[in-house]
Amino acid sequence: MQSVKSPEMHKPGLSRRDFIKKTLKLGTGLTLAVSLPSVSESFSGEAFSSASAAESSINAFLSIGLDSSVKVIIKHIDFGQGTFTGLATILAEELDAAWDQVVCESAPSDTNRYANLFFGAQMTGGSTAIANSYTQMREAGASARHMLIDAAAAKWELPREQITVKQGILSHPNGLTATFGELSQLAALQPVPGEVTLKDTSNFSLIGKTNLSRKDLGKSDGTAIFTQDFKMKGLLTALVAHPPRFGAKVASFDGERALGLHGVREIIEIPSGVAVLADSFWSAKNGRDALDIEWDTSWAMEEGSVELMRRYKEAAKEEGTIAKAIGDNSTGFSEAKVVLEAEYEFPFLAHASMEPMNCVAQFSSEGIEMWYGCQGPTMDQYAVANALDIRPDQVKINTLFAGGSFGRRANKDSDFVLEAALIAKKTKSDSPIKLVWTREDDMRSGYFRPMYFHKMRAGLNGEGRIVAWEHKIVGQSIITGTAFEAKAFKNGVDSSSVEGAVELPYDFENASVQLKTMKSQVPVLWWRSVGSSHTAHAVETFMDQLSLEAGLDPLEFRLMHLGGDPRFAEVLNLVADKADWNNDRSDGRIKGIAVHKSFGTYVAQVADMEETEAGKYRVRKVVCAVDCGLVINPDIVQAQMEGASAMACLQL
Amino acid sequence: MAFNLTVNGQSHKVEASPDTPLLWVLRDHIQLTGTKFGCGIAQCGACTVHLDGKPVRSCVMPLQAIAGMEVVTIEGLQSSEGKAVQTAWEELAVAQCGYCQSGQIMAAAALLADNGEPGDDDIDAAMSGNICRCCTYQRVRNGIKAASKNMHSTLAKSDAIS
Ligand code: FES
Ligand code: FES
Repeated sequence: MQSVKSPEMHKPGLSRRDFIKKTLKLGTGLTLAVSLPSVSESFSGEAFSSASAAESSINAFLSIGLDSSVKVIIKHIDFGQGTFTGLATILAEELDAAWDQVVCESAPSDTNRYANLFFGAQMTGGSTAIANSYTQMREAGASARHMLIDAAAAKWELPREQITVKQGILSHPNGLTATFGELSQLAALQPVPGEVTLKDTSNFSLIGKTNLSRKDLGKSDGTAIFTQDFKMKGLLTALVAHPPRFGAKVASFDGERALGLHGVREIIEIPSGVAVLADSFWSAKNGRDALDIEWDTSWAMEEGSVELMRRYKEAAKEEGTIAKAIGDNSTGFSEAKVVLEAEYEFPFLAHASMEPMNCVAQFSSEGIEMWYGCQGPTMDQYAVANALDIRPDQVKINTLFAGGSFGRRANKDSDFVLEAALIAKKTKSDSPIKLVWTREDDMRSGYFRPMYFHKMRAGLNGEGRIVAWEHKIVGQSIITGTAFEAKAFKNGVDSSSVEGAVELPYDFENASVQLKTMKSQVPVLWWRSVGSSHTAHAVETFMDQLSLEAGLDPLEFRLMHLGGDPRFAEVLNLVADKADWNNDRSDGRIKGIAVHKSFGTYVAQVADMEETEAGKYRVRKVVCAVDCGLVINPDIVQAQMEGASAMACLQL
Repeated sequence: MAFNLTVNGQSHKVEASPDTPLLWVLRDHIQLTGTKFGCGIAQCGACTVHLDGKPVRSCVMPLQAIAGMEVVTIEGLQSSEGKAVQTAWEELAVAQCGYCQSGQIMAAAALLADNGEPGDDDIDAAMSGNICRCCTYQRVRNGIKAASKNMHSTLAKSDAIS
């Protein structure tokens, strides 16, 4: 459910040549040699430094311990969306491991081995973690299984065809058995198979199972380690005083008073503000409070949200850039019996993940090593290398659990990561530093979901059918002004501003979608579901208003406008059935229905509400029908829908 | 200044300024990081610990105000309610990112210690200060109910045995 849209977005970290090289290596013609390096390759890389002597590295995604523990290396950060459990399930399925022998570990930064196969860069986002890894993890599991069987065959001197694997045990009809642990070292020496046969999906025993225990451990007893919890000897805490307004800079500062405080060690100016390094958070915070900073506001933002919205509304009166045009709206409107107009305003939204941004970094003559909830290792490696004037491979990133992200930690400017890197380099001490943003830093720093204004107009004919559809979207682009701009704009349109408005479930004869891209100094970014976070709301609310005008049931109205893709009708009918749409409007209950497709998943929902006092509503229940294709873990999908539905209610 | 306090049954002597919030005493001085920093201004509940058995926001609890008191953090949660909550949390897979969950669990354990069979309204009243940005609220509520049920069946069982 993360929120990074197109592969193009992730290129800037890489030079064009690098990117092409990587795409060639990691594109669709993926070979086992690339995704599953040979044993000798595996051992040569630092990537496998975590494998202890008691473990044998079988391939890039798996090591097996003498104790038969199956350690799955997870290339996508887990911040609650379930990549540890999900990806391990896929590998363990093909390996025929027992679920309780499986443990997970985050992959190190290594684009060659751990790139997102859709992006060509190591990156979690755009709802791709499972989809891009599915075949890769299956092959990694099947290949390892093959090698374990080869090891057993060699050890027992029996034909491999007679050996079976079940629940982490290899056995032969003659009664011989062996655990993974007993064979792990021998298995690591077997040749990597060129081709492996994957299971028939009807034989899946882990994939699709509801009650598998989660593998992102330690979240009910305080033992899970987040960046905020990461300890190192001599670690100093760094807090940064950021400008009070976007665009302001440090003019001058006096750190004398701060330096005199207990525990405060050093004050460092960095491009984004003034950093205070101290022995503890509390000393760093007191030190920051004691800084005397003069801000240069000559380039600082003057407008507030109110002025911005006013400007957006003015802009909506002008023609925008065409994002989609079908048929001829002017004919449509002239034939229409009724024309309806609507306007929707969407505010800036902070990601506001529960754990504010933070990052641990240690700089040395070798390069820099970092520990944090990293969503885009490749991107951050290139950004840090560029800022510190070192090579990307001198930037080693260790990914920890993150307390939420919703897109924030895949920052196109690597903002907080660069702060940590610069402080770590500039400090006079040899100490590692932990950059900690307070909640206020996190909420004020920007990189918000952009503010948008939507203006819509549609015409209905005598039968209540939509014969004209005009949708104008006004707002900032998350791509403008970045290195991604040239690639991600198609015909002057940032596709992430209009996604969810352009590809509709509905088949309109005449339709146009226009975009007015605005500029402001507010830093903006992808935010959970990206464009759909505003477009779905506007489209579906307008559809409701139209159905009311047409005097038709909102479900019927949607069904009669659907295009050719049957999956929309399926989720709509399913949700209507489960939510008892046609009945049960007792005790003043109000029901609303909507359907949308985002990042390949079809969702229909019915919200069951009541009016608690005039004009105030309470959502009592939301029923979701979800079609996301093959489900690896139904309970995690359910958890995501529960969380996302509640989060959506909070953002209205 | 030096302060004495008891955390999870162990006494500690802490050298820190009197206004240092308990949260940072736990995290930076005693090295117990299970208690989380979410806001620092008593608005999110991530830092919830038990102080003499009552749930408090440790981020706004200055060291000088709590000297000599008993602190229990997620690491030292041993009460039957606490254990029941943790078991239910694992069974229902309540956590998503998990960052708020130490606070949720401490708040839930305190609620159950006070009211063994809370209804929806009791749960809402006791838990509304514990924000979960992943919005696991539904499972938090179900988790509390499951813990309450398990506690009662365990009680009933031990009654039957005795
Ligand atoms: S950190 Fe104490 S309430 Fe948020
Ligand atoms: S589980 Fe992520 S904030 Fe609660």
